[in-house]
Amino acid sequence: MTITESEKIAYIATQAADARVNLELETEGMTLNIGPQHPATHGTLRIIAKLDGEQVVSCEPSPGYMHRGYEKLTEVRTYPQITTLVNRIDWVGHFANEVPFILAAEKLMGIEAPPRAQHVRTILFEMARQANLVLFLGDLGAQLGGVTAVFYAFRDREFILNQMEALTGGRFHPNFDRIGGIKDDMPKGWIADTKKAMEKVRGFCDEIETLLIGNEIFQTRTRGVGVIPADVALSYGLSGPNLRGSGVDWDLRRDNCPPGLPYDKLDWKVWTHPDGDCFARSWVRLQEVRESTKMVDQLLDSMPSGPIMAKVPRIIKVPEGEAYVETENPLGAMGYYVISKGDLTPFRVKIRTPSFNNISIVPWVTKGVYVADVITILASLYFILGDIDR
Amino acid sequence: MSLLATTSSVLADFSAGGPLLAELTPAYWQSTLLKVVIVAIVVPTAALVMAVSFLFKMMAWMQSRQGPMEAGLLPRKDGGTGRGELQLIAELLKWLQKEDLVPGRADRLVFKAAPFVVLASTFLLFVALPAGPDPAMAMNTPGGVFFILAVSSLSVIGVLMAGWASSNKYALLGGIRAAGQLIAYELPMVLAVVGIVILTGSMNLQDIVTAQAHFNLFGTAIQLPFIVVQLPLFFVFLTAVQAELTQPPFDMPVAESELVAGYQVEYSGFRFLTFFLSEFASAFGFAAIAATLFLGGWYLPIPGLAMDSSLWYVLGPIILFAKIMVVAFIIFWVRFTYPRFREDQLQKAAWKYLIPLSLVWISITAVCVVVWK
Repeated sequence: MTITESEKIAYIATQAADARVNLELETEGMTLNIGPQHPATHGTLRIIAKLDGEQVVSCEPSPGYMHRGYEKLTEVRTYPQITTLVNRIDWVGHFANEVPFILAAEKLMGIEAPPRAQHVRTILFEMARQANLVLFLGDLGAQLGGVTAVFYAFRDREFILNQMEALTGGRFHPNFDRIGGIKDDMPKGWIADTKKAMEKVRGFCDEIETLLIGNEIFQTRTRGVGVIPADVALSYGLSGPNLRGSGVDWDLRRDNCPPGLPYDKLDWKVWTHPDGDCFARSWVRLQEVRESTKMVDQLLDSMPSGPIMAKVPRIIKVPEGEAYVETENPLGAMGYYVISKGDLTPFRVKIRTPSFNNISIVPWVTKGVYVADVITILASLYFILGDIDR
Repeated sequence: MSLLATTSSVLADFSAGGPLLAELTPAYWQSTLLKVVIVAIVVPTAALVMAVSFLFKMMAWMQSRQGPMEAGLLPRKDGGTGRGELQLIAELLKWLQKEDLVPGRADRLVFKAAPFVVLASTFLLFVALPAGPDPAMAMNTPGGVFFILAVSSLSVIGVLMAGWASSNKYALLGGIRAAGQLIAYELPMVLAVVGIVILTGSMNLQDIVTAQAHFNLFGTAIQLPFIVVQLPLFFVFLTAVQAELTQPPFDMPVAESELVAGYQVEYSGFRFLTFFLSEFASAFGFAAIAATLFLGGWYLPIPGLAMDSSLWYVLGPIILFAKIMVVAFIIFWVRFTYPRFREDQLQKAAWKYLIPLSLVWISITAVCVVVWK
């Protein structure tokens, strides 16, 4: 069969016509700046989304609008002063930021807090986790349009914050952890009140489970959306509930707990979910709040007596050396790399914050999803801006 | 003296159910003026009633909000002051203080007109609603249902105008989402009403109320509203209403967490208040339509009270208002409880579930009407 000249020309003509139509029909993409000021970005994260209609072609987080220079500022603060700075990093997990830094300093100095101080420290650590994750569960509802959840979260977080205030005097910035112990002993009746508060938090978990997590619309919005497989999650350096939501059974509290936190004496469970989608991450966080309240109850029951401060010199000079301590914070693995030259101030502090790594997966996971799903994914990854731009 | 005598005779006539009120026939311009004034008063009042009773009180109770429960000076049970009575004044003062901003690159005329186009469609909604026997409605038209469904979708023009004229990407996305959603949910809404029209044999809203007053199942003497036989379509209608009002779970056009309030993003002050007003007045209007179509409208079977009694001029609006509040409670209950659908899930819900469901129920209704009538 031979192809005649006219057939060839006709073929070329149709090809050209197709190309022309394609060119005419091709619509320009739209660049949408989500943020720096947008309710879904918890502060000033800017997300540059290139859209084709409502679908995302590419999506790139652009942090740096709130750089606070905490790493540099630590170099001109004495060790006890630094806790004031660092508990502003993740501002809803406040106390949890102090713990790894103090542990790193203690490691360098070679001292360990007395058992009672360790217990109180762990209780506050877990309460900070609850405060953080309770707010997450409410905020998740707000991001998905169910505003009721956020009001419940703020209402019930108050019980935790009131207990923290009763003990430390600060609702948001306790500044309570000291090298070698904690600042004060518990006030009278605090243990009983805290147990009541834990009961309230458990009640909140049940409420949010029926209101939000179990809701059909919530499940259609989150199941199968923003799926992160375990290997991708590991390669992007995800940590915390985001990693456990992808089915990786890894928790620093159990697997690599630094000395000074009595997690090994407690009876608890690390929750994971195999799906890796937005629902899995939310569900893991919900279970973690429940588990955390049980841990606090156990710690309160087994509270040892004794001093709350180890013997430390009045002027703290940390001996020369380097130390890296990482703990399981509400948002993920948070670590401080402290280099000391034997002065009153550290020579250099490098802070590894979980949110910075957690949002690095945003371009990978938002490819091809709808704009509404970008918000769901961001909400389920749960970052705090201070934790990204420290 | 004569005034007192007239009043007492009218009252006596009222209780006797006599024809005196019906004999008062005003001139055309007088009745038109009266109707315009009444509608102009009813619409903002309705919005206010909705906002105070549901947005402030009910939402505050459901979501434990502080302001609407505690702003004010009245003593409270727990010893504090304030029961939320000053919340409305605080809100209004806040809105009126705000500057009326127009974005630099906006289409000024269209931008400024858009809220009032939306409000106008709300006004038109109220015109054809019967709140009592014939003269107690602004417009008794043979195609009342058709008219209401037609004007209810006019608001989409205002929304699109707002979205486009704002020259804002979020507003544009919101406006387009709103247009898609309102058009998609127009169909289930129309279909939900078809069953009623088949049962009644008329599109006149007054006829629908009368038909429900005489409707009974299988020869029993109990008068029943249409909801008894049209429950699935009532559900479809309320879902469509929820979508038409762009309320959760169908509030993607104004999704505050993703589109930062969508087409309303550039509006401030009084113009935003106008959107707000029309949203709540529409909620009232749609609840009134649902109450009229499915719950028997202004009529309630009261033993010993004939349907042509003059007392219905007084009782009618009260009964209708009570029914509206019941329907509105359901609408707002859903609003304050559920999270938001995604845009494609919304369309799927309309085309795959609501429309087939209403088509099936319409067929069943038609067959039943042919068999039993």
